[in-house]
Amino acid sequence: MVELVISGNYAQSYAAKLARVHVVSAYPITPQTSIVEKLAEFVASGELHAEYIKVESEHSALQACISASALGARTYTATSSQGLLLMHELLHWAAGARTPVVMGVVNRAVAPPWSIWTDHTDTVAQRDTGWIQFYGESNQEVLDTTLMAFRLAEHPEVRLPTMVTEDAFYLSHTVEPVDIPSQEEIDRFLPPRERSATLEVGTAMRLGSFTGPDLYMEFRHKIAAAMGRARDVFLEIEDDYARLTGRNHGGPLPTYKVDDADTVLVTMGTATTTAKGVVDAMRADGHKVGLAKLRTFRPFPVQELRELAGGVDRIGVLDRSFTFGAAGAAFTEVAGALYSLPQRPVLRDFVAGLGGRDITATTVREALLDLLTRDGPEAAWVELKRRDGGD
Amino acid sequence: MARLTIPAEELVRSGHSACPGCGATLVMRYLLKGVGNRAIVTVPACCWTVIGTPFPTTALDVPMLDCAFEATGASISGLRAAADQLGLKDVTIVGFAGDGGTVDIGLQALSGMLERRTDGIYVMYDNEAYMNTGVQRSGATPEGAWTTTTPVDEFSRGKLEPKKDIMAIVAAHRPAYAATVNVAFPEDFVKKVQKAKAIKGPRFVHALAPCPPGWRYSSEKTIEIGRLATDTNMFPLYEIEDGVYRITRKLGVAKPVRDYLKTQGRFAHLGETEVAQIQAEVDARWKRLLALETLV
Amino acid sequence: MKQYEVEEDLPEAPIATTPSDVIHTASWRTFRPVIDLKLCTKCNVCWKFCPDDAIGFDGVGFPVIRLDYCKGCAICAEECKPKAIAMVKEE
Repeated sequence: MVELVISGNYAQSYAAKLARVHVVSAYPITPQTSIVEKLAEFVASGELHAEYIKVESEHSALQACISASALGARTYTATSSQGLLLMHELLHWAAGARTPVVMGVVNRAVAPPWSIWTDHTDTVAQRDTGWIQFYGESNQEVLDTTLMAFRLAEHPEVRLPTMVTEDAFYLSHTVEPVDIPSQEEIDRFLPPRERSATLEVGTAMRLGSFTGPDLYMEFRHKIAAAMGRARDVFLEIEDDYARLTGRNHGGPLPTYKVDDADTVLVTMGTATTTAKGVVDAMRADGHKVGLAKLRTFRPFPVQELRELAGGVDRIGVLDRSFTFGAAGAAFTEVAGALYSLPQRPVLRDFVAGLGGRDITATTVREALLDLLTRDGPEAAWVELKRRDGGD
Repeated sequence: MARLTIPAEELVRSGHSACPGCGATLVMRYLLKGVGNRAIVTVPACCWTVIGTPFPTTALDVPMLDCAFEATGASISGLRAAADQLGLKDVTIVGFAGDGGTVDIGLQALSGMLERRTDGIYVMYDNEAYMNTGVQRSGATPEGAWTTTTPVDEFSRGKLEPKKDIMAIVAAHRPAYAATVNVAFPEDFVKKVQKAKAIKGPRFVHALAPCPPGWRYSSEKTIEIGRLATDTNMFPLYEIEDGVYRITRKLGVAKPVRDYLKTQGRFAHLGETEVAQIQAEVDARWKRLLALETLV
Repeated sequence: MKQYEVEEDLPEAPIATTPSDVIHTASWRTFRPVIDLKLCTKCNVCWKFCPDDAIGFDGVGFPVIRLDYCKGCAICAEECKPKAIAMVKEE
C-alpha cells in the first residue's frame, strides 16, 4: 500500500489498473478526460497490459467494451454527461447481454445551456438501464468502490454492468490523499475473471438472440433478480475488502448520527460531506438531525431506508437533479420505498446544486430548517434566484 | 461427381428464417466457407437478426454476437481487443451488417474501425434498402428504385439520389484489403474472402445480396439478377489491395443496364430517358474504375 | 431439443445454443423441386446456389433435396443447365 495525493479521476484510473483490465475503450469528454489520459499513460509505460481502443464516440466506447466483455475480457470505460447520454442505448445492451462492464462516470450537468459542472441528471437518467450505480463521496471511496465494482459486476450471482460516479471537479479534479492498495493485495481480492458463460470459439452460440413474447419477460426478470441479489453480494464483498484494507464505506446507505435522530436528510455524492458539518452544528443547537447517504442508487437501498424511516418523523431528500413534471429522482425513489410503511415520516424534496452551484453549509442548513418546520411532500428548489424569493 | 468449386464445409444451418431465394443468406454461407470455423461474427440490427432464428436456436455454427445497429465497427474492435488479450490469436473477427447499418447509421463506427486499423473483416451485405423493416430506402438504394419511402406516383419517381459509393469511402481510409463480391459468383466470392482472411488489418467486403420481396422479382431469379448486376457494370467486381485496384471480372462488352433493370419490379416505372440516364452514370462510373485500375 | 418454458429453464444471459435445423421450413413451400437423375450431370450448381442448405449428395454424387428444409425458391431449377430439376406443385 502507498498513499498518493490524487484526484478522483486518477483514483478511477488507479483502480482500473489494479483490476488488471484487459480492455479500455474510451472517448474524451470534460471532466472525465484525465481518467482515460492516465490509463493511456499506464498502457504506454507498460504498467498496464491492456488493449486501449481509441474509439470515435462514447456509443462505440461502450459497444467495444460490451463485445470484449462478451468474449470474457475485463473491461473499463469512463464518461460524463452528454457522453453518457449518447451511450444510453448501449447501457441497456450491456445489462441485457449480462456483460459486467465497469464504468466511471463524472457527474456533469446536461446541455443546454452548456455546463461542465456537476449535477446528477446524467446518471439518474440511466436508472432504468439495469446498471448498478454507486455515487462516490471522496477520492478514496471512488478508488475502493471501483475495485469492489469489478468483483460485484463479475460475481456469478450478479453479472451486471456497474458504474461508479463522482461529482465533477469536487472530486474529479480535487486532490486528496488516497491509500492505494498493493497489486498483490488486489490480485488476492480480485482474481482474473472467470470465462464462464462467454462466447466460445468454434461453438454454435448466439448472444443477444431475439425472443418472442413467450420468454422475453423471463429474461428481464433474471436481470431484476440479479439486481435483487446484488445488495447481499456487495455487503460480502465490502466485508472482504475491509478485511484487506481496513476500510469499509458503510454499505448501500451509510448513515451519520441517525441513532437518536427524529429528522434525517438523504444525500448523494459530495454534498454529504458538507451536510455532516451542518448536522454537527445543528445538533449543537439541540436539533436531533442525522444523515443517510444514497451510496447505491441501483439497486435502491429500500430495506435500509425502511429500517431507518421506521424511527424518524421527518425525512428530507437533497436532490442534485430534477425529473421534470415530477420531482427529484432520489425523492421519488425514497417516497416509493417508504410508502408501504405502516407509519410514514413527513417527506420533503430539496432540489439544489444543479449545474455545479455550490451546495454550501447554508444551503443544507436552510433545507434542514425548512424540513423541521413544514410538511410535504412538495419539492423546493433551494436558493433559486427569483424576484419573489424562490419556491 | 464434379469437384466442388467452393469449400464443402457448411457453417450456416438449415432451418433459418430467411425468405425463399434470399441473397443475404448466400452471403453468410459463402463468407463462412471462406473464413472457416475459427471466426466470431458480430451482427447489428438487420435481416440476419431474424434470419439467425429466435432463441433458443441459432443458424450459425460459429459464435454470433448481436450488437447495436450503429456500432458494428466498434463491436469488431472490442472483440479483436479481447481476443488478443485472451490469447485467441487465430480467431477471425467478422462484422456482418446490412447496407443501412453500414452506409447510414453505422458509417461512423465503420470509419472508426478502419481508421484505428482494427484487425478484422467488415462485411456489408447490400440488399439496397432497409429490407428487415419492409423496404425503406437507404443510402445504398440505387437511383430510380421504388421503395416504400420513395414511392412511385404522380409527384415521385422512386429514389432521386444515386447510391452512396461505400467502396470509395472505405478506400479513402486505406484499408488493408477491400473487395466487392456477388452471390452470383461464389468462387470469386470465396476466393476474395480467403484472401482477406490471410491479410492482417482492417478489411472490407461489399457483397451484393439480391432480395426477392424488396426488389420485386420471383425468388428463382436471385442468381440471374446478381449475374446481370455485374455483367451490366451496375455492380462491378473488384478488389483494392494496399490501395491498388484490380477488376476481377471484365466482359469485352457489358450488357445494357436495361437488361438488369427490367428484371425487377422496383424499376418497372422507369422510362427510356431515365434508363438512359442510369446507363450514362453506370458508364461513367465504370470508366472511372478502369482509370483507378491503372493507378499504382 | 431442450424445452424452455419457465424462467428456470433459461440461461442467465440470452445465449442461444440449439442449432437451427431443429426448425423445419418445409411448410413454406408451394412448389417442390424434383430431380430427373437421367438428366443430372452432377455438376453441383444446385447445391452451390441453395440459400437453405437444403441440397446434399447421395453415395454416388447425385444431389438430394432435403425436403424438411427446402422452401421451394426454385433457384436450383432455374440455375440447372441441363434442366434436370422440375418444380412440382405441392398437393
